Amino acid sequence: MKKLLTAAASIALVSALSISAVAADKLKVGFIYIGPPGDHGWTYQHDQGRQAIDTRFGDQVETVFVENVPEGPDAERTITRLARQGAGLIFTTSFGYMDPTLKVAAKFPDVKFEHATGYKRTDNVSTYSSRFYEGRYVIGQIAAKTSKTGVAGYIGSFPIPEVVRGINAFLLGAQTVNPDFKLKVVWVNSWFDPGREADAAKVLISQGADIITQHTDSTAAVQVAEEQGVNAFGQASDMAAFAPNALLTSIIDNWADYYIARTQAVLDGSWVSTDTFGGMDANMVNIGPFINMPADVKAEAEATVAAIISGKLHPFAGPIYKQDGSLAAAAGETIDLGTLLGMDWYVQGVDDKL
Amino acid sequence: MSPYEAILLTIITASTPLLLAAIGELVVERSGVLNLGIEGMMVMGAVCGFAAAHVTGSAWLGVLAATFAGIATSLLFGLLTQTLITNQVATGLAITLLGLGLSGLIGSGFVGLPGVKLANVSIPWLSDLPYVGRLIFGQDPLVYISIVLTVGVAYVLNNTRVGLIIRAVGQNHHSAHALGYRVVAVRYACIAFGGATSGLAGAYLSLVYTPQWIENMTAGRGWIALALVVFSTWLPERLAAGAYLFGGVWILGLYAQGMGIGIPSQLLSALPYIATILALVIISTNRRLSVINTPASLGQGFVPDR
Repeated sequence: MKKLLTAAASIALVSALSISAVAADKLKVGFIYIGPPGDHGWTYQHDQGRQAIDTRFGDQVETVFVENVPEGPDAERTITRLARQGAGLIFTTSFGYMDPTLKVAAKFPDVKFEHATGYKRTDNVSTYSSRFYEGRYVIGQIAAKTSKTGVAGYIGSFPIPEVVRGINAFLLGAQTVNPDFKLKVVWVNSWFDPGREADAAKVLISQGADIITQHTDSTAAVQVAEEQGVNAFGQASDMAAFAPNALLTSIIDNWADYYIARTQAVLDGSWVSTDTFGGMDANMVNIGPFINMPADVKAEAEATVAAIISGKLHPFAGPIYKQDGSLAAAAGETIDLGTLLGMDWYVQGVDDKL
Repeated sequence: MSPYEAILLTIITASTPLLLAAIGELVVERSGVLNLGIEGMMVMGAVCGFAAAHVTGSAWLGVLAATFAGIATSLLFGLLTQTLITNQVATGLAITLLGLGLSGLIGSGFVGLPGVKLANVSIPWLSDLPYVGRLIFGQDPLVYISIVLTVGVAYVLNNTRVGLIIRAVGQNHHSAHALGYRVVAVRYACIAFGGATSGLAGAYLSLVYTPQWIENMTAGRGWIALALVVFSTWLPERLAAGAYLFGGVWILGLYAQGMGIGIPSQLLSALPYIATILALVIISTNRRLSVINTPASLGQGFVPDR
């Protein structure tokens, strides 16, 4: 029996060695996804980025991904497994992977890690995110122009700065058109639960919202909007196919350029830990086609997009008041990056409490 | 539509898949079998229902396909636990994992395709009655099926010979065997029934709730259904109350948020679970009742000794 075990062990060792010998000349890039690539939202766009790496680098690079990884201890185990399997670069694509990513990174100093939407960095952990709020500002303006009831419904995932920032930007955009615009917020405490997202959309519509927007990952809410005859915006990915009559436009995340650049950096040996926060100007946030809206609304939305790209317009330019009435930024000031990244307060007019 | 109608309609939509999945599991557990594979059977029902409806264009064929997918998955569980006497807990978990994985594979070609929605019942005049028309006479057919199933299960378990046999098998399989009942056959039938209702629950998600196929779209509802069975102390009428309580607290939590009352959303999201646990604690204070109802042979494999 003992002999058998030794034989088995040596076979395993030899095969492991031969695998790593083959893998050595190929960079393995790993991805951890919070949902399935088929969500047609957040994870879908990350997977498009992964496929862009495949297309660009061909045989030089091998990509692997693990889908539906819950945030928490499971994530640590999964990231560790990818690192053990010889991945040289690992993208962890959800906020809740922050601490697990740092823990694993400390154990694998030679592996490069990229954590999306987080704020903790070390020598081998970079962070990256997009200025989604620029898109939120644009759709907020469109919402205020097209809404008849003057009330929009916002489906939130978790009350973290990234989501709160989006809610504030949406309302600030809407207030440029209608200072009395109301925003109702419902949190579903999940990134991906189509049923709950649909429930939340129904609840918001029955409370008078005729525009639905969401910071969750599935297409359920826009489908409810289509069914009930109100308008909606796509999130993360172009969702026009799911609500051809209800959708006004979509905020589209574009990770492909960033993923290709970072993979190239690892291949060149020029990778260093950094923080990237790209917006419309860097082509990391795109706005989908403007549909189902009058020509003048479309023209103004296009003008806003152009102004944000050129830097003339900053969604968080003052004067901005917090919900409690205190001044967050005076006229002529802009809320600084640090405050934006840690945003834990609402602007005036949000019909919800944090 | 008045707001209160909208609230009630949303509550019914949120509760029905839980009730469908749980009522089958209740029968399964009453026969002494613990099937933790509800989530797997549900998600198989959801994908097969969506696929069949999309290909044929008929939502009813989708419902039929979902039912059979649920039965097929449950019979695999039956084969393993009843014929091969594997551990029921481990096998149930394996069925859940298998269902989630296999459904993703089957459904990979159906992601993002337009779904077919099962039409609501419309009875001339009655469905248009003010206030109660949509609620009582204008639901989708699966809501009525779930209620008929609940009443039917309660009746069969309490008032018929078949129900007596199922309960006997669940209470003491050796005695039932000695009396000449075919324990394994009875359990197979109950497992298949559980598979059928779980498949229906899956069809509810992919043909009514959110008419589309998305991987993992059950999102843990199978586990809630499982908890509800225990919560109900294996009584169908309590199970229905529990399912509507859970759905009701969940939807009212969303309403409270939308009205901007200012209760932390995390607390509101936890409320359905808290309410269910509280109810469980209160019920279990009556020890006699829970002991009487708990199937004594629950989770034990049966090997006929002769």
